[in-house]
Amino acid sequence: MEAADSMKIAVILIVLLPLVGFITTLLFGKRMGGKAHIVPVALVTVTAALAVYAFGWVFQHQEEPFVWDAFSWIVAGRYHASWGFQVDTLTGIMLLVVGIIGMLTHYYSIGYMRGDGGYYRFFAYLNLFMFAMYMLILADNFLLLFLGWEGVGLCSYLLIGFWFDRKSASQAGKKAFLVNRVGDFGFTLGMFLVLVTTGTLQFAGVFDKAETIGAGTLLWICLLLFTGAVGKSAQFPLHVWLPDAMEGPTPVSALIHAATMVNAGVYMVARAYPLFAQSETAMLVVMVVGTFTAIFAACIAITQNDIKKVIAYSTISSLGFMFMALGAGAWVAGIFYLFVHGFFKGLLFLCSGSVIHAMGGEQDMRKMGGLRTRIPVTFWTMLIAAVALVGIFPLSGFWAKDEILGGAFAHGYYVVWLVGIVTAFLTAVFAFRMMFMTFWGESRADAEVQAHIHESPKVMTVPLVLLAIPAAAVGAVVGWPPEAGWIHRFLDPVFFAVEHEEFEWLGTGGALMAVSLAVALLGVYLAYVLYLRRRELPERLAARVPWAYEASLRKMYMDDIYEVVPVRSTIAFSRFLWTGFDVHVIDGAVNGIARLWGWFGDRLRPLQTGRVHNYAFGILAGALALVVIVGWVWGI
Amino acid sequence: MSPLDWWLLLAMLLFCIGAFGVLARRNTIVVIMSLELMLNAVNIALVAIAQFRAGSQGAGVLFSLFVITLAAAEVTVGLGIVIANYRAKRTVENDHFDEMKG
Repeated sequence: MEAADSMKIAVILIVLLPLVGFITTLLFGKRMGGKAHIVPVALVTVTAALAVYAFGWVFQHQEEPFVWDAFSWIVAGRYHASWGFQVDTLTGIMLLVVGIIGMLTHYYSIGYMRGDGGYYRFFAYLNLFMFAMYMLILADNFLLLFLGWEGVGLCSYLLIGFWFDRKSASQAGKKAFLVNRVGDFGFTLGMFLVLVTTGTLQFAGVFDKAETIGAGTLLWICLLLFTGAVGKSAQFPLHVWLPDAMEGPTPVSALIHAATMVNAGVYMVARAYPLFAQSETAMLVVMVVGTFTAIFAACIAITQNDIKKVIAYSTISSLGFMFMALGAGAWVAGIFYLFVHGFFKGLLFLCSGSVIHAMGGEQDMRKMGGLRTRIPVTFWTMLIAAVALVGIFPLSGFWAKDEILGGAFAHGYYVVWLVGIVTAFLTAVFAFRMMFMTFWGESRADAEVQAHIHESPKVMTVPLVLLAIPAAAVGAVVGWPPEAGWIHRFLDPVFFAVEHEEFEWLGTGGALMAVSLAVALLGVYLAYVLYLRRRELPERLAARVPWAYEASLRKMYMDDIYEVVPVRSTIAFSRFLWTGFDVHVIDGAVNGIARLWGWFGDRLRPLQTGRVHNYAFGILAGALALVVIVGWVWGI
Repeated sequence: MSPLDWWLLLAMLLFCIGAFGVLARRNTIVVIMSLELMLNAVNIALVAIAQFRAGSQGAGVLFSLFVITLAAAEVTVGLGIVIANYRAKRTVENDHFDEMKG
């Protein structure tokens, strides 16, 4: 088993190298100043190569996953947790996404973060994130997965609040952390339930017993685990943290909040496929939440003016699409979408970062326009990403989106399919609204900003181009032919019981494909009319239905609802605990006891006269009393 | 009454006189003198018992030697305190010293 030995080394290095990078950069990065990126970027590059190597290994050993129980971690009675690693085809897909996008984002950051006061800190956090993310996808048990899960959550918090001297950034970091706590609480309970029910947390052990778990327990396990996924993957109603997370530097948005960490929830549900596949109700919940989130977020994205907020809501919508696919039973399509989404959404964010860079920090699309010729590389790569997102033949998004919609249709979820089509239409509208507002028309920027517009340095544009290639092509490469592409055969060992749909070009499949393509093109055309040809129309439209426009602009009032229900009530309750309970009951008890003894002391004080006579008398009386008592006891 | 009883009666009388002195007198020096009286009453009792009870093997005598030694030390300290007090307040009347009143 030489191959397995080399895999062991590869896996260990994949996990350890980013950790080494984190520690060294944290310790010595400050002294290296503007060169602080060298060590972390080099290490991440090596790690990416190793991740590709590991993928290649899985490629050759698709039927037998690499499972390695490295060493014990926690031993407590019958429970035993270990540092165990597992690389199967699903992990292989994730390794590619995380490795490649992680590496390119690192290179991009060299240019984007240049001159920032926290340059070394940024790369340290980024490496810590890579460590946690690799841990998450390589884990072979729920506990180790949870370690990575919380690790990426921590890094997300640190990086959202990276510019912590900005109040909004530190607030956004806290918000992300707290909202994720809600989901993680459910996830933890789910793990407890798994442990109590099956006696183990190891994936293989748990899934072997999946069929023996009672239906009710199984449903609870699935729902609790899914709660964790809802928090991590920003699904309704726990999606509110992701738009605010845009306060972080843009490479962070691309890497963590589009391509990798937010996919962790989808990955975890897919990983727990043997559990979810057993419970129809749980699948239904996953599908409904995903479908609702997809259209809900798309409705908000359509009116946002901040370029990053548009992409953020688009990401929420896309993640909803993935859950829709998983819940509808189109497992492979969901992971397929995750795979291609990582590339084109990461690219979209990186491009938006390049735009913001060119505009001198401006994020409001109303002050952009006409950038097409000024920053051509960014324009072309972003156009590829947008077309891929919208799902226009033959770019990546087309194949994956079509398989999801086809899967929903084939399983008889016609309403879901319809919602999906509407979402796809909205996606086309808001994606090209963004493109037209940013790159076409006349420039609406101030003269001062105008003068400074410039294409980003090579270190930023090269990653864009490199990422544009998979964003454009990977869908067709792995997804052709529809429903029978390479990715289906590749993921077969993981989703062992999924049946393949037949795809007929001249039947339902082809018709659905045509509909989704037509709808996407229609959306692009509508955006063209509204935001390029007749620019007065959107305002008139908004004036026609002010309530709808307002609701969309105010993010469906979700933040306001959260402000009132959990936040205010928690504050009010805490205030009661402070001024009511703490001051009166707790302090009252403590002070009351003190006062009681004070009162006793006051009564006893007169005994202490300070006169030697009285004390001497006391001594004598005591001695006499002793004599009497002793004599009485002895019976003299 | 055996001879021992007479001795013990003497010891008791001396002890009571001493105790009365300690409780009733206000002059600290007299109080210390009364204390000496009480200690010596005990010494008499110890020596008498050692003399008249068989099997004590002179332990009572030894005891009284200790008491005498301790009494000497106690008087030294006691008189030292009296002098210190006198310097502070120009009096040895102990009811003037009630600073420790609660």
